[in-house]
Amino acid sequence: MTHTWITAAALAAGFFAAGLATAQDKDSTSKQIERYREALAEGNPAELWEARGEALWKEKRGPKGASLERCDLGLGPGIVKGAYTVLPKYFADTGKVEDLESRLVTCMVSLQGFTPGEAKKDPFGGPGKKVPMDALVAYIASESRGMAMHVSIADPKEREAYELGRQIFFYRGGPHDFACASCHGAEGKRIRLQDLPNLTNPADARKAYTTWPAYRVSQGEVRSMQWRLNDCFRQQRFPELEFTSPASIALSLYLARTAEGGVMDAPAIKR
Amino acid sequence: MADPMKIRATMVGDKVEVKVLMAHEMETGQRKDSKGAIVPAWFIQNVTATVNGKTVLSAEWGPAVAKNPFLSFRFSGAKAGDKVVITWTDNHGDKRSDEATIAA
Repeated sequence: MTHTWITAAALAAGFFAAGLATAQDKDSTSKQIERYREALAEGNPAELWEARGEALWKEKRGPKGASLERCDLGLGPGIVKGAYTVLPKYFADTGKVEDLESRLVTCMVSLQGFTPGEAKKDPFGGPGKKVPMDALVAYIASESRGMAMHVSIADPKEREAYELGRQIFFYRGGPHDFACASCHGAEGKRIRLQDLPNLTNPADARKAYTTWPAYRVSQGEVRSMQWRLNDCFRQQRFPELEFTSPASIALSLYLARTAEGGVMDAPAIKR
Repeated sequence: MADPMKIRATMVGDKVEVKVLMAHEMETGQRKDSKGAIVPAWFIQNVTATVNGKTVLSAEWGPAVAKNPFLSFRFSGAKAGDKVVITWTDNHGDKRSDEATIAA
């Protein structure tokens, strides 16, 4: 009872704060958030990351002084267009299932001569810190805009990662006894005023998966899928999800597969 | 040096619509870092837009403008093919100038 009351009060406060005099029905908050997103979309600063990423892709860097232009992102060396829609996938040259970020690390090591440690050193940007990874991810994802997600789970390694990802998604643990599914496994859940997608439902999964990476207005940064998963783990009070770890890739593959057929619209813009 | 701006300029009727994205930290000087020290103010102070050497927009900005600002404005008196030059100067004296051709 108390809980219901608090929910109602929080909703009312939300309406008031946003000044939504006409907002009466239950859906109007999410509609207003949708309007806010549309208003922001026109000037999405992610474009600045895309431009920087494209330049970085072509720039000769590292001990070998090579660019990433020969990097095989899954569709063959140097093919960027549509690459995001087939990732994560199994790569025969490394014998591993890799997502975009881990594949970029592989290419930075093999083509540019960085050590794995150097390539993974700064996975995420922050205030006053611009990192190559965010920009490359933004650029490569933007080259798949308008294309449908289509990841494979045909290879045994891919199948294994998919199953592992699904298990992680439903695995409850940590001091809060949380699983990804606690927030993202049922309809109609929300955090504050934001609706949470039910990631076991393909319609919701498509909408969520295809809008990452995204520019986070509140952080002023483009955030990658690796960041998103890392932060979900933090919010669950799980041990830190290591950047490009097999667990992170498995989870990403599970989500990408659930979002099969969703049309990429990233980098998007989020609150 | 600062990253380049993204500028789009298109004709809308007889007016030119300009949309600019600028890459800038826009620190207010109010924020503290993890050690509690104030992060010094660092923001764009002046923005100008010129077409054929003529100023069409001149603005004075302060720390209230968001990080990575987006600026959109319209003006008349130019045609497709003309070049719009946008310049900003920040409180460190850093300067950045980029241009775009007006599309039909």
